[in-house]
Amino acid sequence: MPEKILMIALSPTMETGTLARWRKKEGDTIATGDVLCEVETDKATMDYESGADGTLLKILLPEGGQAKVGDLIAIVGKPGEDYSALAKEGPAAQPAAAPAPGAAPKAVAVKAPTQEHGVSAATTGRLKSSPLARRIAAEQGIDLHAVHGSGPEGRIVKRDLAATSAGAPPAGPSARPVAPAVAPRADDQVIPLSRMRQIIAKRLSDSMFTSPHFYMTVAVAMDELLASRTRMNSGRQKKLSVNAFLMALAGRALARHPQVNSTWNGDSLLRHASADIALAVAMPEGLITPVVRNCGVKGITAIDTELADLVDRARSGKLAPEEYAGATFTISSLGAAGIDEFTAIINPPGAAILAVGAVRKEPVVDDNDAVVVRQRMRITLSCDHRVIDGAVGAAFLRELADMLENPLLALA
Amino acid sequence: MAGFDYDVLIIGSGPGGYVAGIRAAQLGLKAAVIERDKVGGVCLNVGCIPSKSLIHQAELFRSLPDLKEMGLAVDVKGFDYKHVFDKSRKAADTLSKGVQFLLKKNKVELITGDAVLSGKNEVTLKDGKKVTGKNLIIATGSRPRIIPGFEFDEKQVLSSTGALMLTKLPKKMIILGAGAIGVEFTHVLAAFGVEVHLVEMMDRILPLEDAEVTQVLTRSFQKRGVQIYTSTKALSLQKSAAGVSVAIEEKGGARKTLEADQMLVVVGRTCNTDSLGLEKVGLATEKGFIPVGDWNQTKVPGIYAIGDVVNTPLLAHVAFKEGEIAVEHIAGKHAPERLDPLSIPGAVYCEPQVASFGLTEAKATEKGIAFAKASFPYRGAGKSVAIEQPEGFVKVIYEPKTKEILGAHIVGADATELIHELLLARTAELLPEDIATMIHAHPTLSEAVMEAMRTVEGWAIHA
Repeated sequence: MPEKILMIALSPTMETGTLARWRKKEGDTIATGDVLCEVETDKATMDYESGADGTLLKILLPEGGQAKVGDLIAIVGKPGEDYSALAKEGPAAQPAAAPAPGAAPKAVAVKAPTQEHGVSAATTGRLKSSPLARRIAAEQGIDLHAVHGSGPEGRIVKRDLAATSAGAPPAGPSARPVAPAVAPRADDQVIPLSRMRQIIAKRLSDSMFTSPHFYMTVAVAMDELLASRTRMNSGRQKKLSVNAFLMALAGRALARHPQVNSTWNGDSLLRHASADIALAVAMPEGLITPVVRNCGVKGITAIDTELADLVDRARSGKLAPEEYAGATFTISSLGAAGIDEFTAIINPPGAAILAVGAVRKEPVVDDNDAVVVRQRMRITLSCDHRVIDGAVGAAFLRELADMLENPLLALA
Repeated sequence: MAGFDYDVLIIGSGPGGYVAGIRAAQLGLKAAVIERDKVGGVCLNVGCIPSKSLIHQAELFRSLPDLKEMGLAVDVKGFDYKHVFDKSRKAADTLSKGVQFLLKKNKVELITGDAVLSGKNEVTLKDGKKVTGKNLIIATGSRPRIIPGFEFDEKQVLSSTGALMLTKLPKKMIILGAGAIGVEFTHVLAAFGVEVHLVEMMDRILPLEDAEVTQVLTRSFQKRGVQIYTSTKALSLQKSAAGVSVAIEEKGGARKTLEADQMLVVVGRTCNTDSLGLEKVGLATEKGFIPVGDWNQTKVPGIYAIGDVVNTPLLAHVAFKEGEIAVEHIAGKHAPERLDPLSIPGAVYCEPQVASFGLTEAKATEKGIAFAKASFPYRGAGKSVAIEQPEGFVKVIYEPKTKEILGAHIVGADATELIHELLLARTAELLPEDIATMIHAHPTLSEAVMEAMRTVEGWAIHA
């Protein structure tokens, strides 16, 4: 029996996906876990791993095409198997790149222009391209939405694609460089962008250049928390990480300040019920942000166990997209790198990120005007001012600092 | 434009010059065109236009046997070529006046005189008058090339100009050079019953066209009694009261002498760049051409060169386009930097007609470009049979993977009109399937174009 491959939600908020590139072609043998294709979601370009074994019999959604979650995009089965009955259920939305003969006679659905694609389509509402440009784009896996058209009325023509494939990798809009290209000098090494680098570049540029950031820093005495951690860790084989404490307490602080646990949604704000906190994890080729869901109610041990698993799998590249997308808040720590304090760029869809510095012994004047030695850590909150005003951010950060200084307050 | 008489000052009123002038006026620039001879240049006066009049009349004359087939008695006793000539002059004069009218209507000033560059922004006329322009466009065109030993006297040894000015036909004519001009004159003269000997140095007539196209034309000419000598050199010329005798050396070294009343030498053209004063502004020519960069700019800022004086195909429509590009650049409008060499159509108005653009098989092979080809014969389109012109074909050269159209070649009736559907497809980046699936009116010769495209797609119906 041939099996259907459906478009799945590759991010928590994804409703439709655009097929960026097929990594398998018709006739290829595929096994569960193989990356079938790359799908551009509302947030990033994700790998789509196969849940089925067999031979890829038919691709129904061409590159550049768009499909709703649940639409049939391909068929897997035994070589030579008859899949004609299934094939009729092909995606309702027809591809923008190459309308197939025999497609539904209704209007060809072209991907709606979004803010992410600042190209000609945005002004006309329709992507104009020559038939030759569409064919070349389909062959080379170029997303026409990422191409600037130089023909009549902004039509995308062949030479525009030549510019794309020569200057940047043939990939989705995430590949579109923000800065103008610079001609390499003779001794410069040209490093092609990895997909991760493209996504980082796009997401962080989008965040930095569309959300107005402001920053606030506070120094926190960590003696209590570190002492508690030492006590809790005694006799434990696997030590609880400071990050687990930070996430648990941040989760509770977010629960008390829901305005910070929000998303700018264009024409509205989304206030999230659950504090889904991401931790920025450095990788050789970039960084990834695994998310622990619902930190506001989970215990430190549960968070730590979950986090350890996520980080392990992140480092070996085995995270599923939903495990690193959709954080409502993010923590980024450079304490281990010996950095005292820094500012971080907000990781959408969150509206704030906490930058955590190193713990250092410092002389502090205490309540009795005595100079004492404390283990201090500086934390800096970056806020999206569209969502969080100064006083709101300050109240949250103060609450979090108090909890870090006196963890029992979390139970108050 | 303080201090300058004009925003754009154009030297030459041929196809390049007058179009540049009108385009400049459309874009709000103050423009003037300087002309030393007749407005409209070679094209209108001693080129494309009068020759098309001759060709049209030659075709009428050639259809007389068809009238006989209808039972009509046709008496050609009163035939006088002078009338043919007069009509051709009338066409030229009408259009030359038309251009003068257009210039006037668009408020482009027409200055009569022979201009020489006397500065970066200035020309001096023969009478000493100086005219200045913020930008100068050199559009002085070309003239028939002279080859040593065969200098024009325009009585026995004719240039294309002399041939157009004939009021009486010779009995026998030797034509040296089988390019577009030589082939068109061959067609006209043969149609009116002149014995034509066509001599070409290369191995076939229209040597730059597709080889199969040339074959069709060669067969047609031979059927009409034209003597064709290819791979043949003209060695020397002897003139006498009786006419001319030309010594030729055929392929393999065999020599012989051709006798005729007159000869026509059409072996290319020479740029009118020699007495322009280019050196005064620091410009030099390369092989007679003025070197230009993007938007037809010379290396002197503000001076542009267009048409036959630059190294692009010597065609009126190339000059038109280059004039537009130069002026649009001057006006700060978006314009292509240069013409796409594969998108320039060529048209030869013999019968059967020849039209083409882009790569030939030979050129693609020479350049190492991967290509595929498809062709469709005229006789597969019912119209060609009905109008008794089934000779010819439509051929397309395309990129095998994307099927991008790289070139097209048509020989046959109305080829020079049919080519534009394919050329539009190339310039708009349409694909063969776009034309293959478009409804074409029946019966038309354009159906042969559609069927050639269906051949590319593998489903020609009438093949």
